[in-house]
Amino acid sequence: MDCAVTKNESKTSAALLDDYQRTASQFDECHTETGALRPHYARFVNSLAQVGPSELSRRWDNARRLVQEQGITYNVYGDVRGMERPWELDPMPFLIAADEWWTIEAGLIQRATLINRVLADCYGPQELIRSGWLPPGLVFAQPEFQRPCHGLKPKQGKFLVFYAADMARSPDGRWWVTSDRTQIPTGAGYALANRLVTSRILPEAFRDCQVQRVAGFFQEVQKTLAQLAPLPSENPRVVLLTPGPYNETYFEQAYLARYLGYQMVEGQDLTVRDDRVFLKTLAGLEPVDVILRRLDDEFCDPLELRNDSILGVPGLVEVARAGNIFIANLPGSSLLQSPAFMAFLPGLCRHVLGEELQIPSAATWWCGQKSAEDYVLENLDGLYVKPAFNQRLMSKVVEKDLSRAERAALVRRIKFQPHQFVAQEWVKLSTAPALDGNRFMPRPVTLRVYLVATENGYAVMPGGLSRVAPRADTSLVSMQRGGSSKDTWVLSDEPVEVFTLLSAGSQSVELRRVGNNLPSRLADNFFWLGRYVERADAAARLLRSTLRRFTPERGGSPLPHLAPLLETLEAQGQMAHSLRSSLSQSQSQGAGQRPSMSWKTPEALEAELLAAIFAPDQDGSLRHSIGHLQRLAMFVRDRTSNDLWRAANQLDDLLTDALPEKFLLAADALGVLNQTLLGLASFNGLARENMTRAQGWRFIDMGVRLERAFGLCRFLNCALPSPEADNPSLLEAVLEVADSTLTYRSRYNLLPNIAAVYDLVLLDEKNPRSLIFQIRQLEKHFQRLPQEHLSVTLQQKILRDCSSRLNLLEPRELLERHQAWASGDTGRVIADMLRDLPRLSDALAVSYFAHSEISRTGGGYQP
Amino acid sequence: MTYHLIHRTIYEYASPVTVSHHAARVQPRELPYQQVDRFSLRVDPLPSVSQPRIDFFGNHVCGFSIQAIHQRLEITATSRVRVAATPPPASALSPDWESVVALFSDPVSPAVVEPYQFVFDSPLLRRSPELADYARQSFVPASPLLLAVTDLNKRLFSDFKFDPVATTVATPLEEVLEKRRGVCQDFAHLAVASLRSLGLPARYVSGYLRTHPPAGQPRLVGADASHAWFSVFCPGFGWVDFDPTNNLLPAEEHLTVAFGRDFSDVSPVSGVITGGGAHAVNVSVDVEPLS
Repeated sequence: MDCAVTKNESKTSAALLDDYQRTASQFDECHTETGALRPHYARFVNSLAQVGPSELSRRWDNARRLVQEQGITYNVYGDVRGMERPWELDPMPFLIAADEWWTIEAGLIQRATLINRVLADCYGPQELIRSGWLPPGLVFAQPEFQRPCHGLKPKQGKFLVFYAADMARSPDGRWWVTSDRTQIPTGAGYALANRLVTSRILPEAFRDCQVQRVAGFFQEVQKTLAQLAPLPSENPRVVLLTPGPYNETYFEQAYLARYLGYQMVEGQDLTVRDDRVFLKTLAGLEPVDVILRRLDDEFCDPLELRNDSILGVPGLVEVARAGNIFIANLPGSSLLQSPAFMAFLPGLCRHVLGEELQIPSAATWWCGQKSAEDYVLENLDGLYVKPAFNQRLMSKVVEKDLSRAERAALVRRIKFQPHQFVAQEWVKLSTAPALDGNRFMPRPVTLRVYLVATENGYAVMPGGLSRVAPRADTSLVSMQRGGSSKDTWVLSDEPVEVFTLLSAGSQSVELRRVGNNLPSRLADNFFWLGRYVERADAAARLLRSTLRRFTPERGGSPLPHLAPLLETLEAQGQMAHSLRSSLSQSQSQGAGQRPSMSWKTPEALEAELLAAIFAPDQDGSLRHSIGHLQRLAMFVRDRTSNDLWRAANQLDDLLTDALPEKFLLAADALGVLNQTLLGLASFNGLARENMTRAQGWRFIDMGVRLERAFGLCRFLNCALPSPEADNPSLLEAVLEVADSTLTYRSRYNLLPNIAAVYDLVLLDEKNPRSLIFQIRQLEKHFQRLPQEHLSVTLQQKILRDCSSRLNLLEPRELLERHQAWASGDTGRVIADMLRDLPRLSDALAVSYFAHSEISRTGGGYQP
Repeated sequence: MTYHLIHRTIYEYASPVTVSHHAARVQPRELPYQQVDRFSLRVDPLPSVSQPRIDFFGNHVCGFSIQAIHQRLEITATSRVRVAATPPPASALSPDWESVVALFSDPVSPAVVEPYQFVFDSPLLRRSPELADYARQSFVPASPLLLAVTDLNKRLFSDFKFDPVATTVATPLEEVLEKRRGVCQDFAHLAVASLRSLGLPARYVSGYLRTHPPAGQPRLVGADASHAWFSVFCPGFGWVDFDPTNNLLPAEEHLTVAFGRDFSDVSPVSGVITGGGAHAVNVSVDVEPLS
């Protein structure tokens, strides 16, 4: 393969990077100063050349689609709608030669070891401060120094289990560390996602280049966390503690949790009892041994770590003190994340490890030292000044090119509190080819490398997250500021061992069995997911039936049997109240006569119907329901398949892309409704078929059943009082809305008859859409739920009442009631149902979802 | 002087609390001039877990949690404390304040690390040029530190009006400075933040104050309250306490419970409850002089 490069191929490969002009002042990863290809890129470029440009461009498109379909996203705070941004992936991987990697690996292991030792000292004896190796202000002035965590003794002295270093290459070719991530090194999951996509679109190059696999790293993670469980346990429970779906890296957290096989939990899913941490599940409390935390230090424990919000687990620090939980990383580990520490690492390394620091840090001056402060004030223009602490509030980065006034203000602030500032050299980043349109352009890159503690030291992920700046002249790279990322290929000198934690194809297939340990919060979300799926389905059906009967040509007088449909739409909040009055007016006065303020032209009615489908902000519109569905699907995403998530996104796209302006005619909207119904059917199918019949599925199904029963009753409650209740066209609509048309035709060879139709949709136990069928299913579900709660009897009682009322009902009574249909038994039963079903939903919530709010109490006001 | 102290905190919750976690800092510290002869903490309902420990600042803290469903919680701390009369410091002989600021400027000797940590911002207190300006009127050049602080203490007493309704625990310092009203907690916070704004180490002290009934009237049991004042570090003198609410230097009528960077480090009782709804809290303190 190496020597098999023909002249032709090398020409093509040259063509691929033809336009590529490296920047003279920067180090280029791919080309030397003379423009020659660096040796470790040779195989890769040859391999690409054989694929050919047109095939490559097809694959790039595939890559984008893969990212979208896998739902790889990045949340952007403060962006309410469209909060999820698709992950930007540059298809061209970042290549690192084997020998260079060894240097990086050894240097970072040394750095992690050092940081762990410094953390242990800061949260322990503090000898480094007393002996003058660490300026006391660097620790004591930092809000990140969590005093309640002082004295904690994590098992095996592992304060720093996870660590990542942000690295950049300077123009002389050396690697530098630009920042240390010691609290929650994010992005390893994105690195994994990038790998899955890139290796799939470039399988030949991936194979030819002998790329080292990253899966082994995640296996180390599993091994480490399992053996850090503080109490002896056969099968220690590790959970990933997330701040929730609004966190910027929620996708990654869900992705990692699934890949590693850990349950993803929020603070409210955990509780502290008897000095231990427990997971609240439907079946009761289950002990937790290890917490992989994605929640910031200060949010971990609202009792001891200062915080007004209630994201964490009250009492957690005390459990850690008692040695009954392992938290990775230890709360308070963000202390070492301050860039100010970088100024002291070389000295600390000599003192603590007796070695020279192998990989240098970006030149850093902490103004807490007088000499550094003087230097920074003298060289302000050539430096990058930023807050030394409070990285979370770092939104205000001091940029180049300050105005005179800004500069003076900065000097004043530095002089007043010098220890709060740190200055760094502007790091000139190296460039690598990145796709810009159809061309490869040199773009600045940084590399984040991940480490995990092992029994004897640290293991490094051979790879990492390469990030690409959007413009050639940017010197800071951050996804929040709109950059892209690359897969990182660490090359090997020898063939690599193939190994993956994912069984083949499993990322697109299904759920693990969840048994009884479903957290109550998730049960709640599943239940509402079921309700919204059905709500959207019912709304789409109802709107479709309405639109089918809506013919503007009639000159504005809708058929009377349209009224119940419109009333139901109104009852569901999908249409405005004024509509019914306009309708009754049109009925009583006929078309065109005495138009009044409330008169709705057919055009206005049509516009309202379209709004009921497409309006994003209108409560109860179909799009609104789909939005809820999508949000709930996001909340349960770590428990469901990617397919399900994809189906939810497609549904949302369907209505978002179909802007109402495009639909001049209501008839056009019918197409969208049909597609939506298909999409919902596939969502439903996936939810039912792909989820093991464990609690998650059960709660979705209960949601669907309850919503369906309620929706049906609400519609019948509007249809039955109509003077046209026995009109075959309205009965046809009843069958459509109840999705029972075919069943009806298979049973009765006649026009819809009121008694037969109501019997079919209310009482036919064989009809999966009938009311009684929903009640029977609910009864079955309730029998299988864990029953240690008192109010279960209330739910069963409500269901029993519903069931016995239906058992006594005889719809033939309707045949005898001319025009007064609603006043009979059938009408009464429907009305009773409308009252009881919401009570059933409430009772369920009390028994299974009741996650009482936690709150802080004071009592110390000092007058 | 020996005192019998009772500090009782009662919570009443609108709805049942299923589980609660608390931290109580109500046990007086041992100090060179203060001995604690007896201390007991009673919690009702009985906690399922209770763990006394010493916090980062050396204060006694008792962490406890209650797992029985309850709607009322009563925490009673009882202690017997002896306080020795301390003679007023020879303030005129204290070092000039600029030399103390210099002592706590880089490079700081590891020997003064302990007071040094009280120079910086803390959760509730931010240093500011405005606070430094306010303090500077008392800090004339070359003035002995303790005389300057005595003057600041006096100004806080005369510039600010004691007003229990003007502020809450959450009122920011800027607002107190602007309104010129507040309670002991606010005055102690103001003093601490002003001193820090000049570069001096200062800490917040939480405790009790013996109260004297008006002449001819009996002492009312339980009518006392928890109190707060501040302390400044002075080389050669150590930590010296000042009470801006009463414009005095604590002698044998102040009983120290805990100290820290600000109120948030020493809050007497804090908790996180699950359930409970709205809650009412009732605190009573009784400082009874025995001899």
